[in-house]
Amino acid sequence: MTSTMTSQTSQKNNQQNAQENPPVKIRIRGLNKAFGPKVVLDGLDLDIHEGKSLVVIGGSGTGKSVLLKCILGLLKPDSGSIEIDGQEIVGLGNDAMEVVRQKFGMLFQYAALFDSLTIWENVAFGLMQAHGMSKSDAYTIAMEKLALVGLGERFAGKFPAELSTGMRKRVGLARAIATSPDVLFFDEPTTGLDPVMGDVIDQLIVQSVQGLGATALTISHDMDSARRISDRIAMLYDGKIAWVGNTPDLDTTDNPYIHQFINGLLEGPIQFRLTGTDRATG
Amino acid sequence: MPPDFSGKYDHTKDCQPFWSGYLCNRKIPTVYAMPLIQPLGRLTLAFLEIIGRLSIFASTAISHCFRPPFYPRLILKQMIEVGYYSLPVVGLTAIFTGMVLALQSYTGFARFSAESAIPNVVIVSITRELGPVLAGLMVAGRVGAAMAAEIGTMRVTEQIDALYTLATNPFKYLIAPRVIAGVLTLPILVLVADTIGVFGGYLVAVHKLGFNPATYLKNTLDFMEAIDVISGLVKAAAFGFIITLMGCYHGFNSKGGAQGVGSATTNAVVSASILILTFNYLITELFFSR
Repeated sequence: MTSTMTSQTSQKNNQQNAQENPPVKIRIRGLNKAFGPKVVLDGLDLDIHEGKSLVVIGGSGTGKSVLLKCILGLLKPDSGSIEIDGQEIVGLGNDAMEVVRQKFGMLFQYAALFDSLTIWENVAFGLMQAHGMSKSDAYTIAMEKLALVGLGERFAGKFPAELSTGMRKRVGLARAIATSPDVLFFDEPTTGLDPVMGDVIDQLIVQSVQGLGATALTISHDMDSARRISDRIAMLYDGKIAWVGNTPDLDTTDNPYIHQFINGLLEGPIQFRLTGTDRATG
Repeated sequence: MPPDFSGKYDHTKDCQPFWSGYLCNRKIPTVYAMPLIQPLGRLTLAFLEIIGRLSIFASTAISHCFRPPFYPRLILKQMIEVGYYSLPVVGLTAIFTGMVLALQSYTGFARFSAESAIPNVVIVSITRELGPVLAGLMVAGRVGAAMAAEIGTMRVTEQIDALYTLATNPFKYLIAPRVIAGVLTLPILVLVADTIGVFGGYLVAVHKLGFNPATYLKNTLDFMEAIDVISGLVKAAAFGFIITLMGCYHGFNSKGGAQGVGSATTNAVVSASILILTFNYLITELFFSR
């Protein structure tokens, strides 16, 4: 009886631990990237857990986009390791990388929709090209995804140039989730949007990530948006992660970088680059 | 003592503060630089770097032309773009070139009573040289520029990155269809240009210079040789490759927004035009040198 109870308790604890600390989906170790003399990432370490939403915050020019591009395989790191589901992707060939990218969905800062394709073709692009789906099936899924982001069938035949910035972002989100990816990336999702539309996009991101059960990595410097969409937050400064923790801990941490960044203070360890030097010296 | 260029360089210590940055002292002072050799070496290195990059780009593009997946619909679309929509400009260029050729030849040959050679001059000039070169230059201006602008805009608006993230190789989706279309379409376009150019010469010879139509056509056909037409078509295929490759290369590597796309467009047209003239000589040498 006692042993059964102990076993049940241990099982419960394991489940609780698994929920709190799910396996690592993306593991980054000692990542370095420099452009000439300018060091952008300097031995960066970061874990992104499965099913969790992590937001990387940091000032402009601190290397958030470079980090994202390294994970996506769009930039080649100088050294270090990036593992996705335990598979090392640094140094992977183009064809192998294409297979890895089938797990990804990405929302670009300005949506990056294909000008020459209609809205539904944009959304269905990954389904038809990478997954070899027929046009009619891809159209059906594209319509479903467009409906999820609040765009009806009347938008399907339009071109990206005919839509507003907010609508384009929503189409970009529909395209990102169309293939039901394991990992979703968001690059400054609320940039250029009014607060209401920013809130709408944040809600759609949360719904999409939770609906798919996907792992999400967002880069942003919009703190309101970061709080809304994240389970965890990491702060990037001087090529390294200066702080990482659960979102509610953001307001209680005594980390001076976080304190200065979220309060927008001039005084603190973050030195703003007004002198044209290669690195911030804080 | 020459300055030490090893290790990291601290601008805050060694350079003079200027505006919001520093005037870098790291540049080699003139006294230590060999004023002629250094820029020459830098230029040579830059040139070799461009050749290397272009060779890698070209070999990647060629390899993707032969590896699946293929995009027949995109190839057809590009063939229409390169061939069909270039027909008016190439046709007009060809007809006026043929007309001028007949007129100028007559002016020169009449002095030696050699007017009968005019059909020969027109057909050889058009098929061997003017047809492919002028069509190539016209298409470089129209299509090469458009390709560089389109792909360049896709690059600066992250559409090419989006292709990668959608597990689609841009070389297969963007570059290979254009290169295949260029190589297949230019010879057809040049064949049309040759016909229109010869017709232009015929019009002037018959209606202005008083040639007998039947005799002019008979002389034209008698003087026409297969090697002239074939060399022109080989040139056209090579020019098609050059134009599309330059358009794609400069577009694909464009940087820095609208200005970068503008530069890419200019560079695509200029480099394609120079390469067309260079390869025109090389192919002529290959076919006709004795």
